[in-house]
Amino acid sequence: MKPTPLLACLSSLCLLGAATPALSDEIWVTNEKDDTISVIDIETMEVTRTIPTGERPRGITFSKDFSVVYICASDSDAVQVMDPATGEILHDLPSGEDPEQFVLHPDDRHLYIANEDDAITTVVDTVSRTVVAQIDVGIEPEGMAVSPDGKIAITTSETTNMAHWIDTETQELFANTLVDSRPRHAEFVKGGSELWVSAEIGGTISVFDVATQAEKTKISFEVANMHPDRVQPVGFEFTQGDTHAFVALGPSNHVAVVNAETYEVEDYILVGRRVWHMDFNADRSLLFTTNGVSGDVTVIDVASRKALKSIKVGRFPWGAAFRPTN
Amino acid sequence: MSWRSMAICLAVTFCSSLASTPTDAQAADVTVQFVQQKVPPPPVLSNLDPIPEDLGLRGAELALTDNMTTGRFLGQNWTLEITQVEPGGDFASALDAALAQTDLVILDAPAAQVREAASRVAGTTALLFNAGASDPALRDEACSANMLHTLPSEYMLSDALMQFAVKRRWTDLALITGEGPGDAEQAAALERSATKFGLKIGARKTWAFDADMRRNASQEVPLFTQELGDYDLLLVADAANDFARYIPFNTWRPRPVAGAEGLTPQVWDRVVEQWGAAQLQSRFAELAGRDMQGRDYAVWAAMRAIGEAVTRTKAADAQTLRSYMLGPDFELAGFKGRPLTFRDWNGQMRQPIALTHRGALVAQAPLEGFLHQRTELDTLGLDAPESRCAAFKQ
Repeated sequence: MKPTPLLACLSSLCLLGAATPALSDEIWVTNEKDDTISVIDIETMEVTRTIPTGERPRGITFSKDFSVVYICASDSDAVQVMDPATGEILHDLPSGEDPEQFVLHPDDRHLYIANEDDAITTVVDTVSRTVVAQIDVGIEPEGMAVSPDGKIAITTSETTNMAHWIDTETQELFANTLVDSRPRHAEFVKGGSELWVSAEIGGTISVFDVATQAEKTKISFEVANMHPDRVQPVGFEFTQGDTHAFVALGPSNHVAVVNAETYEVEDYILVGRRVWHMDFNADRSLLFTTNGVSGDVTVIDVASRKALKSIKVGRFPWGAAFRPTN
Repeated sequence: MSWRSMAICLAVTFCSSLASTPTDAQAADVTVQFVQQKVPPPPVLSNLDPIPEDLGLRGAELALTDNMTTGRFLGQNWTLEITQVEPGGDFASALDAALAQTDLVILDAPAAQVREAASRVAGTTALLFNAGASDPALRDEACSANMLHTLPSEYMLSDALMQFAVKRRWTDLALITGEGPGDAEQAAALERSATKFGLKIGARKTWAFDADMRRNASQEVPLFTQELGDYDLLLVADAANDFARYIPFNTWRPRPVAGAEGLTPQVWDRVVEQWGAAQLQSRFAELAGRDMQGRDYAVWAAMRAIGEAVTRTKAADAQTLRSYMLGPDFELAGFKGRPLTFRDWNGQMRQPIALTHRGALVAQAPLEGFLHQRTELDTLGLDAPESRCAAFKQ
């Protein structure tokens, strides 16, 4: 039976009334081939709105107080600054050409941006909206990280196969360390004493001792019934207390769970196709992974290490960022 | 003088102008020779796709800048020397002059010159990279222990195409073969691959027309293809794409076309954009002002393979690099979605093959479901058990 116009109207009013008081936290996902952001409501696990961005949005991160969101609009050659409440673009930051990925310095003011086409890392002051420094790095810089004390920034370069260590005082390189082929992502952990770098084609994560920049160990992955060539670690994030890392394994369509103390891989979780990046909810009990080829986000229950749900988003979801709303 | 030589020696100035600290000092000076035999382009009906003058060369230049960028952090100095031999020139003495400078030579030359090069370096420490000749024999009975191949063999290309035909259940094939140079070899590869994957080539015809097809393709091709009877897929062997471009949509029966036109197997193509390839494409276009083609890619891959081996071994002598490249630790990130390695039985670089049409990537071989005990990449081209290459056996 078709609802009468009056009934339909009433029910939508009811929905509106119910939705207003309890705003829940969100996951923001950039859709690389749709030029949009999909906003996922963590309570309902549904997309509540889709926000237009510049061309080819990839890296996404919020300011410390979540008052603005920064978006790498790679093909617009800009970092866009958006008001997350309205979805309005406030202004663009100068970013250098083809910004792919970035990281916000703990001072909440400086963005370290990887310019993929230019073999440069650009440092931008988000307040004065000026370029503070440009640092020559290897070919196709991508992974970006800053140590918790803010003293070291890292750029990984995909074709040069290195982690470049930047002294944030002088904005100069002080070390360059080789990793396996196509490094994609870098994170400081354990209070900044360790640096982890994933190598997509190499199929490994290199763990560095930050004090000496020496490689401590290398983590390899093995997915059942999958040729090692297809097991390609990309993005990864750490659980509460840095006890475990969840590692996206690209076209193997799995996320690995790595014990960060023993460096052993404990589990593999099947997710969507070509899993790329991820972020947690507030208490890190849920993990949201972007699956580029299947165009969806998988929700993983961190405690049970089970995939709970797939959420359809835009085409080629790339980055994910958590936004609290209370 | 029948050949000329020049050098790109940016390495030294590039290095000193940057204030980056090589932490892992391994100071190595690496000189690579790019030796190219120029070939006059064959006469073709259409002028739409001219062969770029700088084909291949630009791939070497791009890889040089890639290698130098890594090298500057590690204290490596890279030099690329370029030797181009004009048609009818003295290839042999040009090669000898190149070998007098370095043991590392990338060749972009037809099969005859590649064979000659192989015989000249036999028993020496030189390491040659074949980036210009797809002749399967060079990887088989005529293989050389001093030569690796970054260009796929004709068999790898035709195997890729046949995997797609199997996948789509296009089991009955027809074949048109031209009379130009390389056409018969392409046809032979298609025949071999059809047998390998259990497909049947029913009707065969030879394209012997000399009329200008821009005017009358629509009149000639329907009648010409009517005699082929029925089939699922029409294969066209036409190395220069002389007539093949006029076949699609003009066939008597509405059937897809593959091989030289329609669905084509490619080592590299402008339509490849996944797996980070968009970045390689845009870096190449910025350097060369045109799209990257297959031979550019093969030359690029050779130069990058040398770069990767130098970085990982901290050595610059050809034999150390050769052992490393043929060993289990070598892998090159080649923007094809999986690491590229070398077959240790004949020196062929393993690599996925793109199946494309003019507007998009259709699929990438090896296709899902074609299994192999070692790696699915070895479902393409000559495999170890059938190899007649003895030079790589110790």
